[in-house]
Amino acid sequence: MAIVSVNGETCIGCGACVDACPFGALVLVDDVLTVTDKCTACGACLEICPLMALSLPETVKGPAPDLSEYQGVWVWVEQFGGKAQSISWEMMGQGRRLADRRKAALTACVLGHDVGRIARQAVDYGADRVFRADHPGLAVYRTAPYAAVLVDLVRRFKPEIFLLGASLRGRDLAGSVATELYTGLTADCTGLEIDPESGLLRQTRPAFGGNILATIICPRHRPQMSTVRHRVFEMPPADPARQGQIIDVEPQLDEARIATRVLNFVREYTEVNLTEARVIVSGGRGLGGPKGFEMLRELAGVLGGTVGASRAAVDAGWIPYEHQVGQTGRTVRPDLYIACGISGAVQHLAGMNTARIIVAINKDPAAPIFGVADYGIAGDLFQIVPALTAQFRARLK
Amino acid sequence: MKIIVCIKQVPDTAEVKINPETGTLMREGVPGIVNPFDTFAVEEALCLKEKFGGRVTVLTMGPQQAVEALKEALAMGADEAVLLSDRAFAGSDTWATAYTLALAIRKLGAFDIILCGKQAIDGDTGQVGPGIAVQLAVPALTYVSRINRVEPDPAPGTIEVERVLDEGRETLQTGLPVLLTVVKDINMPRLATIIDIRRAVRMKIPTWTAADLAGADPEKLGLEGSPTRVITICSPPGRGGTVDMIPAERADEAASVLVEKILAEKIL
Ligand SMILES: Cc1cc2nc3c(=O)[nH]c(=O)nc-3n(C[C@H](O)[C@H](O)[C@H](O)COP(=O)(O)OP(=O)(O)OC[C@H]3O[C@@H](n4cnc5c(N)ncnc54)[C@H](O)[C@@H]3O)c2cc1C
Ligand SMILES: Nc1ncnc2c1ncn2[C@@H]1O[C@H](COP(=O)(O)O)[C@@H](O)[C@H]1O
Repeated sequence: MAIVSVNGETCIGCGACVDACPFGALVLVDDVLTVTDKCTACGACLEICPLMALSLPETVKGPAPDLSEYQGVWVWVEQFGGKAQSISWEMMGQGRRLADRRKAALTACVLGHDVGRIARQAVDYGADRVFRADHPGLAVYRTAPYAAVLVDLVRRFKPEIFLLGASLRGRDLAGSVATELYTGLTADCTGLEIDPESGLLRQTRPAFGGNILATIICPRHRPQMSTVRHRVFEMPPADPARQGQIIDVEPQLDEARIATRVLNFVREYTEVNLTEARVIVSGGRGLGGPKGFEMLRELAGVLGGTVGASRAAVDAGWIPYEHQVGQTGRTVRPDLYIACGISGAVQHLAGMNTARIIVAINKDPAAPIFGVADYGIAGDLFQIVPALTAQFRARLK
Repeated sequence: MKIIVCIKQVPDTAEVKINPETGTLMREGVPGIVNPFDTFAVEEALCLKEKFGGRVTVLTMGPQQAVEALKEALAMGADEAVLLSDRAFAGSDTWATAYTLALAIRKLGAFDIILCGKQAIDGDTGQVGPGIAVQLAVPALTYVSRINRVEPDPAPGTIEVERVLDEGRETLQTGLPVLLTVVKDINMPRLATIIDIRRAVRMKIPTWTAADLAGADPEKLGLEGSPTRVITICSPPGRGGTVDMIPAERADEAASVLVEKILAEKIL
């Protein structure tokens, strides 16, 4: 699928783009550049080329659609068990900032049952307007009715930007809503900015297990939708004196036509809510067995944190999968991440390298984990961790 | 029972290295692998087939060399495979990918269960599964960690699954046909034997192009049909600063230095 085209007159066969291609789609044969069918049109090579010899096909055909009726920034406020999730207020903080940049209003969408208090909270956190869909059928999250309510609201009121938290529900919901609306959705953004010239939302996200950062736009479809990882943005302050309008929408839900029922929920909240944790003490193969995690649990307990793990420790059966941090586990962003006996493979780093402070304890001074750590101790974790626990216990009393 | 599994060939990110001089990805010789989550989807499909009988079809959209991914699934025991490959599909974002896969699934005829991985490790979006479900107007149950029960009778049948959400495990029931996206702890994918691999190599894998997909709107395919555009790619800014290595001759001394430094960060 060779999509990028090469201007043979300009290309000097320098090969700069060959290294830049994340897909290995560009090859130099006798100094002549060819684009193989691995090309996915990601555009990584375009800016690298010193001679601007590479281009993507111009796909914008016909006049640009009139998107001016799409205005304002919306945020979906996720609730679970009648309580708003903090990730949604983080979205409100960003939504407020983007709305101010666009000189537009910020709207919160609150779906659930008996969610009057959450609607009021949404105003405190910055909403100018709240759509409140209060219905027993919305008490517990289900994809279809939630998506139906949001799709209907978007079609009627036409927001320009729509943000959702990249929680598991948020990702599930955003995927359905964007497909139904035929609009662009960028998952797991770590940065959102308004382009000063075009006014478009520039969405930045990691890809390839954290190896690269891609910036994505959605030029011709609305709303521009993004999900954002937890703890990427600060919680905004709540202001109970703020004024905002709360509008009740009457969701038309026909229970007979909703196929899905939630039968049961088992909380595993207290032990492993890694994404919410402010302190994570994580262990890897260096722990040598399940017993090592007892030691980490003690340190985590003293710090008011929770225990994480590398995939090697999970695969060895020392600790359940729910604890796994990384590309195939959870993405976490605690204030403090203490990695004990973890080498720091790129897949592990992808899940934790945005933590505020990273501490690494590893007996191998050359372990890659030290490359992302703020503080490191090259030593035996079986001596250092108990000493840390004792001293933190004494100091935090 | 008719089961369809969508799999994607992805670069093995474990093998991706950053060129320290240019800060760009070095992709030379990076092998393509089946997206790890999709191997769980294939395994689950095979388990369902063993229980209920039926047929497992694997589907991928990608360049020609993605047949390698399909062969792996065939070696595991899938009955048939289809490759979707066409210049017209190139540059698809998640919307266009879901649109195209949904058209192919329609062409395959009636189905009971579609299985996808929870996300692909190159894009990490997890959007394609729910997207396919919306395109086909079937319910999607995401992040499934266990299939508790499938009741094919009375037709069209029902399914009960457990899924992992951020706060715990949820048990859900819905009607068939359904789309499931699966997480890692649902099963242990089987390993193909040499005999299986030999058999798979001999199996014919048809390639479908846009022309084979009835009702495909050319404006909704590939780069043209994709609402999103990647405009720049860069390597992530390092965490900045270098590591402050604390001497470790004596564990309790090292620990007390570290405790003071962490307390001074005022994060606890
Ligand atoms: C597709 C894919 C997805 C993956 N996803 C993930 C993921 O989500 N999360 C993840 O973590 N991994 C993931 N991995 C695996 C990853 O590549 C590594 O294999 C894994 O992270 C290694 O775990 P580890 O650091 O615990 O083990 P190792 O790499 O074996 O490191 C153990 C470390 O412990 C140190 N050590 C040993 N004894 C002691 C001691 N007494 N005191 C101090 N230090 C000691 C050693 O020096 C060593 O550095 C994935 C891999 C692939 C291919
Ligand atoms: N090109 C593709 N061909 C087949 N299946 C795909 C493709 N892209 C994504 N999928 C499926 O959708 C899931 C989620 O992918 P993604 O939304 O890209 O994270 C994957 O685990 C696959 O099951």
